[in-house]
Amino acid sequence: MTVLLALDGLRVEFPSRRGDVVAAKNITLELNAGEILGVVGESGAGKSTIGNAAMGLLERPGRVAGGTVTLEGRRIDNLPPEAMRQLRGARIAMIFQDPLTSLDPLRTIAEQLVTTIRTHLPVGEAEARRRALHLMEQVGIPDPAVRIDHYPHQFSGGMRQRVVIALALCAEPQVIIADEPTTALDVSIQAQILDLLRRLVKDSGAGMIIITHDMGVIAEVADRVAVMYRGDVVETGPTAKILGDPDHAYTRSLISAVPRPDVKLERFPLVEHIESAGPRRDLDLKTHWLGQRRDYQEVDGPLLAVEGLQMLFRTGSLFGGGRHEVRAVDGVSFDIRKGETFGLVGESGSGKSTIARLITGIYRPTGGAIRFAGTDLTTLRSRTALNRHRRQMQMIFQDPYSSVNPRMIVRDIVAEPIRFHKLAGSEAETRRIVADLLDHVGLGARAALKYPHEFSGGQRQRISIARALATRPRFLICDEPTSALDVSIQAQVLNLLKDLQDELGLTMLFISHDLPVIRQMCDRVAVMRRGQIMEIAETEALFERPQHEYTRHLLDLMPKMVKAGDERRTAAG
Amino acid sequence: MSEVESAIDADLIGWRARLADNDLFHAFIHSPTAIVSTIVTLLICLGALFAPWVAPHDPFDLASVDLMDSLLPPPWMDGGSFSFLLGTDDQGRDVFSAILYGSRISILVGFLSVIFAAAIGVVVGLVAGYAGGLVDAILMRIADVQLSFPAILIALLIDGVLRGILPRGDYDQIAVYVLVLSIGLSFWVQYARTVRSSVMIERTKEYVQASQVIGLPTRTILFRHIMPNVLGPVLVIATIQLALAIITEATLSFLGVGVPPTSPSLGTLIRVGNDYLFSGEWWITIFPGLALVILVLAINLLGDWLRDALNPRLR
Repeated sequence: MTVLLALDGLRVEFPSRRGDVVAAKNITLELNAGEILGVVGESGAGKSTIGNAAMGLLERPGRVAGGTVTLEGRRIDNLPPEAMRQLRGARIAMIFQDPLTSLDPLRTIAEQLVTTIRTHLPVGEAEARRRALHLMEQVGIPDPAVRIDHYPHQFSGGMRQRVVIALALCAEPQVIIADEPTTALDVSIQAQILDLLRRLVKDSGAGMIIITHDMGVIAEVADRVAVMYRGDVVETGPTAKILGDPDHAYTRSLISAVPRPDVKLERFPLVEHIESAGPRRDLDLKTHWLGQRRDYQEVDGPLLAVEGLQMLFRTGSLFGGGRHEVRAVDGVSFDIRKGETFGLVGESGSGKSTIARLITGIYRPTGGAIRFAGTDLTTLRSRTALNRHRRQMQMIFQDPYSSVNPRMIVRDIVAEPIRFHKLAGSEAETRRIVADLLDHVGLGARAALKYPHEFSGGQRQRISIARALATRPRFLICDEPTSALDVSIQAQVLNLLKDLQDELGLTMLFISHDLPVIRQMCDRVAVMRRGQIMEIAETEALFERPQHEYTRHLLDLMPKMVKAGDERRTAAG
Repeated sequence: MSEVESAIDADLIGWRARLADNDLFHAFIHSPTAIVSTIVTLLICLGALFAPWVAPHDPFDLASVDLMDSLLPPPWMDGGSFSFLLGTDDQGRDVFSAILYGSRISILVGFLSVIFAAAIGVVVGLVAGYAGGLVDAILMRIADVQLSFPAILIALLIDGVLRGILPRGDYDQIAVYVLVLSIGLSFWVQYARTVRSSVMIERTKEYVQASQVIGLPTRTILFRHIMPNVLGPVLVIATIQLALAIITEATLSFLGVGVPPTSPSLGTLIRVGNDYLFSGEWWITIFPGLALVILVLAINLLGDWLRDALNPRLR
């Protein structure tokens, strides 16, 4: 096997006035011809840094502080910028995460492909266009002769990523670095793109590095895997070995934290080597503040009943030009029983999040009823009546970086619902409750005086959970609460949600696009597509015996990493 | 609780460290432009604020003004005197002292009109950006109409109307506020537009939705949650518009619709001195003019630096 790209003892530093940040410590990796090397790690592990360093694209003020990068036997880390520029695209190419921003919106696909081809290869206009058409065919864009003259906005996300791949292939590079190539795409499209990458490497004999945080992607395409942790490669090996029988403790715990699609566990095994959360104390609801004055009327039957819910979004200008309607939610009905976790699953744009916002009153539905504890919320008009119900339902949001106000200290963020609903007698009591809540979600009382930017994503999600608990709700809506988090942090946050549910007897609506997470969290699940519910079933029944064709399709697309690991184990045994 | 209180103590001790750690402060002490322009602005502002103590003469105290001293040149020219550092005007008033007193009015008008404009603009921008739809369309069309009138035209209009209504003595007393009103009215649009577009971005963020889920009333969400997150650009505009407002005031006073000559601003001083420019007494108009240029330049440089420092994309 020929070694195409070799990193030897690579060290990358980002000097800052608070001291040098070492993004990659001592990286030694080899990429062979015809193989796909997966580089996997959590955020901040330095996986993107090594891709950028190999391309000579480190962001300022980052620099290679030690070691070498060798491309096809030639050292390239010390090349002058102009020589490196000529190599980029010609011998070594890159595919970025976001297909929306990596294409020029003002130029047609033909212009972009032809310019790129003619930059690297000595061919004429007509020949370049012929090659461009061939490339589009190669990456599976239907009807290339017509599509080539379209602009990027005329393509869907998946098709756009195919165009980006075609651009990377223009000069037949020997090494392709794909940095999270499918993270911005839906699962069904992700599967197609991974197939495509696999096939391209096989056909061309080039080598590819796929950088990802997603073990599922690794399982699908990689031949070998390098696991990164805090700037170091802790383990390298064949995919089946790494996924099935890893040597390093970090790899082992990381893999165990990935939600299993095949069996429901009581709690996630926790990952070692990660930011520690403070210890949680068990609490006794009879004496604890969270248990006091839960003056809700008890209900027989479902806590929440949604009937024929409908939401139309109208777009268009003030003067009525270009109006059209989007049916985001189209006649949805379901019940949520007291104390259960009800899951809503579907791809992006299926209307899951809109339902959450309709139930909490952020949007007003255009039709249907939302009965909470027997009262139809859509008929309530007065603010006080609505607020009495709102206090009983709270929501945890997806993006930990925007769901807390960056200009407020944590105490004020968590205390806001307590102060507004006058749930505490005095300011001193409010502060005591906040300190207690923060302690309870594993942040510690000292967090009260800090600002959100001093916390990591997972810790911010805990702030968000503490705020949601502050109204003493009995119904909690979790809208993709962990999709922006690393798997190890996801495991912690999901465990926390399960603990809280057990202690407080919460009823939950859990929204996610991630089937394994749904399986771990939910009692019953509704599968959504284009604003409608396809199927509602008990979780186990849904995963074992899916009734609807679309459910089966989604289940087929789930990453098969555990299976790969099991096969390996049987082979070894 | 004791743990929380000790954390408060630790915070109080740590403010110096946090200031040193602050990015804006760091950018400031590493920018000579920012430091020099801040010092110049501060010197002029302090000189203006403490004019009664700093100025060598009181140019408006008729008892201390002597007509015999009129039209004296600065001390380095023939006939100049060191008791009048920048010469005297036709009334025998010390030009240096007049500049100090004049800057007072200029800076006062500048600050008040910027505050007035920012207050209107921020509120309009918040409401338009958050409400959207018809409210937004109406407010922004009003802003468009407003933008099609130059500040000077609005000032002349208000000035003309009020002069017609009020007796002369009364008008002189409120002249400063008329200036603030007219400059403020023509400057609010930029704040409104900037704030509106920031609000439209902030409004979709999840912390706003979280406040809605809690049940907070709209005005709490607007002023407690959204406003602090959109004030960064407002600070930059305010700094740059402070310079603009001072120039506009000077222009209006130069044209004779600003403050009366009995309590002159820099613009009034320049206008009065302008009559003597061709008869050789250039210092009466050139020095107030220079003071104006230096003040405006310093504030503008500060504003430019602030814009760059607060905009991470330019860093």
